[in-house]
Amino acid sequence: MTIRDVVKLLNAEILCGAEHLDTEIHTACGSDMMSDVLAYVKDQSVLLTGLLNPQVVRTAEMMDMLCIVFVRGKRPEQPVIELAREKGIVLLTTEKRLFVACGILYTNGLGG
Amino acid sequence: MDCIRLEYDVDGENFSSAGNASESVKRTLKQMGVSAASVRRVAIAMYEGEINMVIHAHGGRAEAEIYPDRIDIYLKDSGPGIADIDLAMKAGYSTATENIRSLGFGAGMGLPNMKKYSDEMRIDSTVGVGTTVFLRINF
Ligand SMILES: Nc1ncnc2c1ncn2[C@@H]1O[C@H](COP(=O)(O)OP(=O)(O)OP(=O)(O)O)[C@@H](O)[C@H]1O
Ligand SMILES: [Mg+2]
Repeated sequence: MTIRDVVKLLNAEILCGAEHLDTEIHTACGSDMMSDVLAYVKDQSVLLTGLLNPQVVRTAEMMDMLCIVFVRGKRPEQPVIELAREKGIVLLTTEKRLFVACGILYTNGLGG
Repeated sequence: MDCIRLEYDVDGENFSSAGNASESVKRTLKQMGVSAASVRRVAIAMYEGEINMVIHAHGGRAEAEIYPDRIDIYLKDSGPGIADIDLAMKAGYSTATENIRSLGFGAGMGLPNMKKYSDEMRIDSTVGVGTTVFLRINF
């Protein structure tokens, strides 16, 4: 699927990176521990998380991830959005909870 | 042999800026045409070390030497030091506070991850004096 499909499936709002919505993605991971993302994630291109600090964007950047989805309606502060914009990472926010958001994407064919 | 040297101050008071040095090194390697897989190994290993300097050691200095076939990274701090390095290297061992955990770190995975992604890793540490971590990653 594409990031545009993620937006539709999660009824998400785009915080930045609208120009990258047609990028293809195949796998995702969900975590509030950046330590675990850094240690266990391989080639996942989407990160779903309830954390909002700038290290979420940096972790995604180090892992070459393309898109971050903030769950439970959370939105990061402007500097975090700017950081992601600089890196070309798409930021989305959805009202859905982490488990539900991951489940929807998984059911619709996104791998782990 | 000629190499490109990069040096950074790692600000221990600013959690938000942690990762700047690793990002700069990542960008440089990418521009030099180093393979994406190698760039990612360097980025992850160095970022873990840089975060450690900020959350455990009040910051310090990061130095990178880039050779045609590898990168050598030195992460130097004057923090509290590590009393038992073997213990610190164990997956899951962490002295991180609840505050650090709430920021998404402190699983005790950083040092083992640095070991995993580097070809050579050395930790020199003296309690009360500081810690230097050496990482070598072959491209
Ligand atoms: N530069 C350092 N100075 C002092 N102590 C350190 C330093 N780096 C690591 N340590 C000690 O080693 C422990 C293990 O480090 P490690 O990076 O593996 O885990 P962590 O930083 O606690 O959690 P994580 O890396 O998963 O976020 C730390 O909790 C800390 O006690
Ligand atoms: Mg660590």
